[in-house]
Amino acid sequence: MVLSTSNFDEMYDAAGGIRPAYEDYCAWYDEQQTDLLKRKAKDADESFRRTGITFNVYGEDEAEERLIPFDMVPRIITANEWRKLTRGIEQRVRALNAFLYDLCHRQEIIRAGRLPERLLRNNDAWLPNMVGFTPPGGIYTHIVGIDLVRTGPDEFFVLEDNARTPSGVSYMLENRETMMSMFPDLFSRIGVESVSNYPRRLARSLAACAPEGTAGKPCVAVLTPGIYNSAYFEHAFLADQMGAVLVEASDLRVVDGKVQMRCTDGYTPVDVIYRRVDDDYLDPLTFNPDSVLGIPGIMDVYRAGNVTIANAPGTGVSDDKAIYSFMPEIVEFYTGEKPLLPNVETWRCADDDSLAHVLDNLDELVVKEVHGSGGYGMLIGPTASKREIAKFRKKLEASPENYIAQPTLSLSTCPIFTKKGLAPRHLDLRPFVLVSPDGIDITPGGLTRVALKEGSLVVNSSQGGGTKDTWVLKD
Amino acid sequence: MLGRTANGLFWMFRYLERAENTARLLDAGLRMALTRDSATAEEEWRSVIATSGQRGAYEAEHDDYSGQQAWNFILRDKNNPASVREMFGAVRTNARMARTNISSEVWVAVNESWMELDKVLSRPVGANAVGDVISMVRRAGTLVHGAFDGSMLRNEGYHFARAGTYIERAESTARILDMKYFLLLPSLRHVGSSLDTGQWDQVLRSVAGASAYSWLNAGQIEARGIVEFLVLDDRFPRSLAFCRNALRTHLAALARIHGQEGECNELMRQADMEINELTVEDIFEQGLHEFLLDYIGRNAAIGTAIGEDYRFLA
Repeated sequence: MVLSTSNFDEMYDAAGGIRPAYEDYCAWYDEQQTDLLKRKAKDADESFRRTGITFNVYGEDEAEERLIPFDMVPRIITANEWRKLTRGIEQRVRALNAFLYDLCHRQEIIRAGRLPERLLRNNDAWLPNMVGFTPPGGIYTHIVGIDLVRTGPDEFFVLEDNARTPSGVSYMLENRETMMSMFPDLFSRIGVESVSNYPRRLARSLAACAPEGTAGKPCVAVLTPGIYNSAYFEHAFLADQMGAVLVEASDLRVVDGKVQMRCTDGYTPVDVIYRRVDDDYLDPLTFNPDSVLGIPGIMDVYRAGNVTIANAPGTGVSDDKAIYSFMPEIVEFYTGEKPLLPNVETWRCADDDSLAHVLDNLDELVVKEVHGSGGYGMLIGPTASKREIAKFRKKLEASPENYIAQPTLSLSTCPIFTKKGLAPRHLDLRPFVLVSPDGIDITPGGLTRVALKEGSLVVNSSQGGGTKDTWVLKD
Repeated sequence: MLGRTANGLFWMFRYLERAENTARLLDAGLRMALTRDSATAEEEWRSVIATSGQRGAYEAEHDDYSGQQAWNFILRDKNNPASVREMFGAVRTNARMARTNISSEVWVAVNESWMELDKVLSRPVGANAVGDVISMVRRAGTLVHGAFDGSMLRNEGYHFARAGTYIERAESTARILDMKYFLLLPSLRHVGSSLDTGQWDQVLRSVAGASAYSWLNAGQIEARGIVEFLVLDDRFPRSLAFCRNALRTHLAALARIHGQEGECNELMRQADMEINELTVEDIFEQGLHEFLLDYIGRNAAIGTAIGEDYRFLA
């Protein structure tokens, strides 16, 4: 099973030797019978279906539930690699919160001329009514999922920051559960850092952000759009594991200056809301007067400091890809240090020079919408047809400020288990970060998304990507 | 507990009960139709469809009653909101809604059963398969009830779920009796006359009570005995008396948990006062149909009151 690839492979070095992270795993793998592994792969699918770990896809007429394919070959990170990554992630997340605080207060970064003001003005996620307000604990983004890609032994890049409402953490947990039940012996042979206490850490982190003056144990609720949302499974899963209440907007109401939920014995105050709904669906009075969705008046309660909303409304401002392109400056501005984790080189099409470069090199670049997510609305130059490129060129010329472009990275690969044995596929990594006044807490592991199609660089689950268990080895 | 979650648990178990009862009714109808000439069989299917409350929807789509057409309508027709497939889908939807308040054993029991049923009901069900499908529905009910009893905390959620079970079950037993009342009715004067014992047997089978009844009555099938058994015998888990006792217990538990009684407890007390001392003679005197209608009305009113007392809806 020697694989030769031009890109960095997580398991094999250029000479076909096994990298240190995978030594113990490969020794175990070589002892396994392929037939048994095939059967286990089928069992895993079956078990995901039975437990209902699905996401909803909106088809033409009705929402259907699908599985995110699970691959049984873990993505393995050494303790040393992880230490380096966490330092970079921590720095980045500290900078993000300082940046969001600054935007809501004196906007020093704009005054200093380090960030153009128009980026804020043109940003749909920016909420001017957050200005002058400091949320409980001074924290804006409580839960962050930093997307990382790797191109070499020491070359990790941040692809996206996901400071708004990162999803996928339930897969980090369920993938590990599945691996442990499929291959219990594997975990007694190899020391892997545990991820299973993430829900407890999340509960603790959220409780630590409760408004001042919360009496007794804070009441934490997970706010979901409801069972038809694509991530409903995750919302229910996290609420269940945290011992929190899973609420929909229709369960909540502002009563006596507090957000309260309708319980069987009357209205009960909620202290911390881990919201998995967009800003627009929080408060119809503030965001969308025509909407009947949301909790009328919740923003007044929030601004009065009587409820914590995690993540804070408006944090999506930093998920904007034009802002992303300034992250190196942002990190330096607030931490006084050079970024430990680099950005992917990014051309802002709003700048004339950059636009010219991008238009000249469309067939080599990845062009993304500034506000886009989920892998939609983007052009992957090297794999696009001439017609697709021509079509995209028109869109780009019509509104260049809506786009950024990046080189097509040679993402690292890791083998997946296929019918024909191991085969390399491209992947990325999303570690999950919790922020509270007590500090920054990074769970050793994360969500590894893997493109299942040979050669594909798109790892998004909405577009046929799968997931792997992510191991951080113990020292 | 959230009012919406209580509502989800209540309806999850109502739909489960409804799916199961519909399958039982279908089973009894099937057995009946198979042993009759075609004209009687057609009449039988008409009665099964009517008893399950699906007549309007059925006749909007079909002009005649044949077995295969009828059971496919009951089991899986997309235009039938009361089909077993839809009911079980509703069980699962409500279970998902209440996911954080049911054990994972219950959730997996519901989800697995739904996957199995959804698969077999995705294609028309032929004569060779219908029996298996019916067993599958019954097994699904047993599995969910078993997981629920064995793994759920006895908190308010448990009592809401069980209140749903017994309200639905009482309604179903009352409706089945009512649909056949003209067979049972001819008043006590006709007791012992040569009525169609096959029809009565079918009533008992529809509520899974045929063997229990035989044990208690040494095989004597007659109107008085059947009405007494299904209405007043509190040993039989699908009788009105049993359902009422169980419902009373769960409503009392809810009042205890909440530290106060509600409208539903009051309505329960009123119903008890009306019904407690009745004998089967009193019921025939009053008219079985009138009695059952009154019963169904009270039962439904208690259901509504539970929803209001415990803030099921905003």
